[in-house]
Amino acid sequence: MSVRSEAGRVAAVAWKDLTAERRSKANFNAVLFLAALMLLMFGFALGPDTATLRTAAAGIVWLTVLFSGTLAFHRSYQVELERGALETLLLYPGGRSSIFLGKLLANLAFVLLVEAVLIPLATVLYDVPVGRVTWMLAVVVFLGTFGFVTLGTFYASMASRSRAREVLLPLLLFPMLVPVLVAAVEATAALLGGDLMAESGRWVRLLVAFDVIFLGAAIVAFGAVIEE
Amino acid sequence: MVAEGIAKRFGRRWALRGASFRAEPGSVQAVMGPNGSGKTTLLRIVSTSLRPTRGSGFIFGHDLLRDADLIRGDVGVLYHAAGVYGDLTARENLEFARRMWGGAVAASVDAALERVGLTHAAADRAAGFSSGMTRRLALARLIMRPPRLLLLDEPYASFDAAGIELVHEIVRETAARDGIVLISTHDAERSAVVVDGVLRLKDGRVVPEEAPGLDPVRLAVEGAL
Amino acid sequence: MSERIDQRRAGVERAPAWLVVASAVALAAVIGAQIFGFRTSPPDMAMGDLQKIMYVHVPAAWNAFLAFFVVFWASVVYLWRRTERADLLAASAAEVGAVFTGLTLLLGSIWGRPTWGVWWTWDARLTSTAVLFIIFVGYLALRSFTDDPDRRGRWSAAVGIFGALNVPIVYMSVRWWRTLHQVQSTPETLSPAYRAALRLNGLAFLLLLIVFIAWRYRAARIERRAELVAEEAALQGSGLHV
Repeated sequence: MSVRSEAGRVAAVAWKDLTAERRSKANFNAVLFLAALMLLMFGFALGPDTATLRTAAAGIVWLTVLFSGTLAFHRSYQVELERGALETLLLYPGGRSSIFLGKLLANLAFVLLVEAVLIPLATVLYDVPVGRVTWMLAVVVFLGTFGFVTLGTFYASMASRSRAREVLLPLLLFPMLVPVLVAAVEATAALLGGDLMAESGRWVRLLVAFDVIFLGAAIVAFGAVIEE
Repeated sequence: MVAEGIAKRFGRRWALRGASFRAEPGSVQAVMGPNGSGKTTLLRIVSTSLRPTRGSGFIFGHDLLRDADLIRGDVGVLYHAAGVYGDLTARENLEFARRMWGGAVAASVDAALERVGLTHAAADRAAGFSSGMTRRLALARLIMRPPRLLLLDEPYASFDAAGIELVHEIVRETAARDGIVLISTHDAERSAVVVDGVLRLKDGRVVPEEAPGLDPVRLAVEGAL
Repeated sequence: MSERIDQRRAGVERAPAWLVVASAVALAAVIGAQIFGFRTSPPDMAMGDLQKIMYVHVPAAWNAFLAFFVVFWASVVYLWRRTERADLLAASAAEVGAVFTGLTLLLGSIWGRPTWGVWWTWDARLTSTAVLFIIFVGYLALRSFTDDPDRRGRWSAAVGIFGALNVPIVYMSVRWWRTLHQVQSTPETLSPAYRAALRLNGLAFLLLLIVFIAWRYRAARIERRAELVAEEAALQGSGLHV
């Protein structure tokens, strides 16, 4: 199997998932509204003191991303299970890892799009100034999201086909994401606070290491996991 | 194709309890038996979609368990669930299949749509299709890339007379290329025109029809000990 | 056929002699090491006799990490070779590892109350142990939610490998997180008087870990064998249910 034909399959799966998502729209809108609602609810729980909210903003945004993004991963496998599509999908030649990578790309696009609305909204709601550090922040957001989506796509392939799918995915996924949560929140908070101690670099390296390790592990292990 | 002592357990239920049979290239076998006798499970195992709990098999010289990856590409299926994405149009569904095969197809998307009679619905989302149309779309995939091993599960359900004739054409073409066809069906009369032999399943085992085969129970048990 | 099943059933009755002896040795070693700890080490200046909790807390933590390494290794072997023994070994090690991390957490909490005045502190070691505990509870939950033995083996092997890969990352991230926030960490009061007793207890708990895993592994093998016997019965009879 050549790299080129595998890349073609990755693109095909990502295109297929995103086209289906674009057509139904229901899922994206619902997740987006839920995420916005969570930002408001956190505000009610912690506010109305602006200083408190500003300090907590990084943690709130990342938790909101984690909780709302998890809903997207189920959908990613739901479309395969509805009309026996998974069975056909698994009969195509080539490595199964291209199916994983395709779904990973589609989920990544989904979560990044949610964040593109969510983060500006949070900066307004919690009055966080981001002007100076925008692109550094974008790097942190991307790296944190990538690790989150990698593990989410991988674990959902099991959880969405198990008996206790609603509970099982967060139960398996969230403890695994502790390093991502800690690193992303700390790096975000450090950047927002002016990064006086140059801490964000260390957290960015941790995120990169996390992303690389689990992307590699998921590519290797996905074939064994997706089989019926 | 040889299968020996194929057994499959789902949870606590045995769908197959040691099915053994052989099928020669160029032959068309009907898989018959009452509901729950394991017909669908047998097809899914032969297609490499399911791993048998016990038993072994060879298809075109490949080991069913170890070389499943090599068998996969030669398999074409028409199951009850058509394996079609409702949010994609008919054309997009076939386009997706073409891309997953790496572009190597015997018939173009348009030609396949034409032959199954879906040209008029090519730009419609499959979610709105009747079950007959959905299964015609699945047939179009088999036309685009003719398989060596063709597995049909209840192919007569939800097809009209023209659809059944189309199914039979595809079956004959596969057999003519020295492929193997297994048809799971209740309809002995309809399938009689294409079928060379019958595998009769009962309680998850193949009941000997003409020649007494190997005893599947002993094979299954001894294979495990 | 039925004769063979009977023989298997008879084999199930008695545990192998080495395992019984090893269990007795492990138990004696733990008791001996505890007595040694209590007799040789003086009461700690700050904590008094509370310090003795360390002789269970720390060895349990060390050996829990070892158990998770066994899960990792056995899971890799399972995905590679698909041998059922590796799957059962991984499951046994995960169970014992979860018990040991649970014990570490419980004792850490009991220790923390009089020492730091709180039941829970966001200390790096305690926190990362809690995360590992949840990861491996998830592993065991996944196993219990999956009926098909083949699928259960593949899925839990993946979760076991991912969990074990995450152990150092979780620990590192939580430690950096703590140092940044400048809160007191575990007091390093390890004088030589305590060190010998701690090492001895570490070894005794290692024996305990091995024996526990061996028992659980044996039980898992027996369960699987019972399943196989039931499978054979079902395959011979006419009923479709096990």
